[in-house]
Amino acid sequence: MPVRLPRLSRAAVCGGTHGNELSGVYLVREMLKPENRKEDGGPASLLMLLSNPRAVQQCTRYVDTDLNRCFTHATLNGPASEGAPYEIFRARELNNLLGPKGSRAAVDLICDLHNTTANMGLCFIAYSDCDWVCLHIFRHLQMPDTPMRFIHFDVSTKESYSLDSIGKHGFAMEIGPQPHGCIKSNIYTAMREGVQHMRDWVSCFNSGESNVSMAQLPVCRGFKTSKCFLSQDRDFCLLRPGEPLFQTFSGETVKYQGAEALYAFFINECAYYKKGIALSLARKRRVSVPSIRVQTDEEERASEQSFASEEEE
Amino acid sequence: MSNGSSSNNNNNNTARFDAARRVAIFGGTHGNEMSGVTLVNLWMQNSAEIQRKGLEIKPFITNPKAVEKCVRYVDTDLNRAFTQENLSATGGDELPYEVQRAQEINRMFGPKGSAEAYDVIFDLHNTTSNMGCTLILESSKDAFNLQMMNYIKKAFAPASCLVLLNEHPLLKYSTSRSVAKHPVGMEVGPQPQGVLRSNIFEAMRVILKHALDFISLFNEGMEFPPCTVEVFRVLERMDYPRDANGNIIAMVHPNLQDCDWEPLNPGDPMFQTFDGKTIHYQGSSTVYPTFINEAAYYEKQQAFVTTRRETLAASAIRKA
Repeated sequence: MPVRLPRLSRAAVCGGTHGNELSGVYLVREMLKPENRKEDGGPASLLMLLSNPRAVQQCTRYVDTDLNRCFTHATLNGPASEGAPYEIFRARELNNLLGPKGSRAAVDLICDLHNTTANMGLCFIAYSDCDWVCLHIFRHLQMPDTPMRFIHFDVSTKESYSLDSIGKHGFAMEIGPQPHGCIKSNIYTAMREGVQHMRDWVSCFNSGESNVSMAQLPVCRGFKTSKCFLSQDRDFCLLRPGEPLFQTFSGETVKYQGAEALYAFFINECAYYKKGIALSLARKRRVSVPSIRVQTDEEERASEQSFASEEEE
Repeated sequence: MSNGSSSNNNNNNTARFDAARRVAIFGGTHGNEMSGVTLVNLWMQNSAEIQRKGLEIKPFITNPKAVEKCVRYVDTDLNRAFTQENLSATGGDELPYEVQRAQEINRMFGPKGSAEAYDVIFDLHNTTSNMGCTLILESSKDAFNLQMMNYIKKAFAPASCLVLLNEHPLLKYSTSRSVAKHPVGMEVGPQPQGVLRSNIFEAMRVILKHALDFISLFNEGMEFPPCTVEVFRVLERMDYPRDANGNIIAMVHPNLQDCDWEPLNPGDPMFQTFDGKTIHYQGSSTVYPTFINEAAYYEKQQAFVTTRRETLAASAIRKA
């Protein structure tokens, strides 16, 4: 029996959450052009926006503070102040527009577009490994020329901090390698196709036509980050205990001392130097994804009532 | 005496140069180009690796504020700031940070054009372009630099180290290294801004070692016989196609991306619009593009530069 989920009536595609990650910036600009807006029977409304316009204008990751860390409940609902960093002010604006986070008014789906200097191909990054919508979209996206992975960061909804956590469903679409401030045509094309496939899937799901079937998907669970710096460009290769991790300036090798073989990713992402992260580590597992189908109107009304009582709890 | 060939230095006499006693290594002229920043910081702590007998070698961070913020520049591009106008400007603290820095650097390592200026300055840079190791030459008539570059290329072989000559009257710019008698640019890529890649770092370290070896040998009296050096001479700057508002409307074509130094023929794909159409190169002859898709050049209206291949001849050189 497929799991019944509500229509995805409102969705948002966000670019420029980091102002120097250019694929999303240019893609959103293109999608906003009148000649490119199309009727595709998808979400009743598709919002496209540049999340951090000031950072985009300066072609910098952020102006005062990283916007993509500003979406915790605490930051969104904290006291308003005149001197607040620009990004906190902007996060609250976005929360009003796309949220409020955690409420019934929040958009159904957010796709947040990012680039990385790491050699990661195309990655979905999500907080949940049981958000069937995101997992089905990922499965739908299989692109022949681009390696794809699903990364699950095990952060509770209470502590979630990124833009995509505002929506009822959300994920980041991260594509690399691309230097910040640069636009590479193959990376742009991959992102454009990824977003189009996502829209197609949403359209299909909402129409109730296709029975989106069960799947078994490999998922990387990122749970640990450490001060390292590694086999450049070998994202998602297995790092075994004792294998080379760093090379010192005088030529010595520093080895991985962990007890468990893990998958390295976000290797040498420029923006993470300041955060003290040279790479992240993940465990790979398979997730069983049930088949899903859009709810009928009756089912939707029934579930709205139960949502309301959850909110009261 | 010149044999009449316009762009070479073919001279049967040995050119004499004074020993190069004062050498500087500049890192952080652009604060987010990490190989040079890291190497210079390393050598400021421990200079054993760069020491040579009879030679004063000064590693130096040219733009410390930009390095601290990990940005290309704070107010204005330091590597364009060494114009005569800037160097003689008054205004002290009111001047843009990099203009003040240029004046300071000119005092320490120049004055530009004078007999007191440093003999050689190596200026370390990275690029997001797939340029590999590139030496940047500012004058086709500098036999000392030509001989040095010939030496480095041979020592580095079979790995490739190419020479870019920028003598173009309009496209040439006033670099930080230009305060020296013999300015040498070292550009290694591809590397994203703000990132340190070990292979790029090691390559830069090795070519600098060869450069210092050359100077050392020259100072000891070695004569370097006449040689020829293949260079790529800058022809013109190609901007991205833009709309009426100045926004970029196409990207470097996937066939051109990462193809620095490879021939671009008339009719070859050059740009790709966001909806997938190809824009072709319309020039009349084959050119060799480089600095393809350098992130820092978007604001300078440059998608790549075109070059043509030339062989320069350098006379023999010996210490005076």
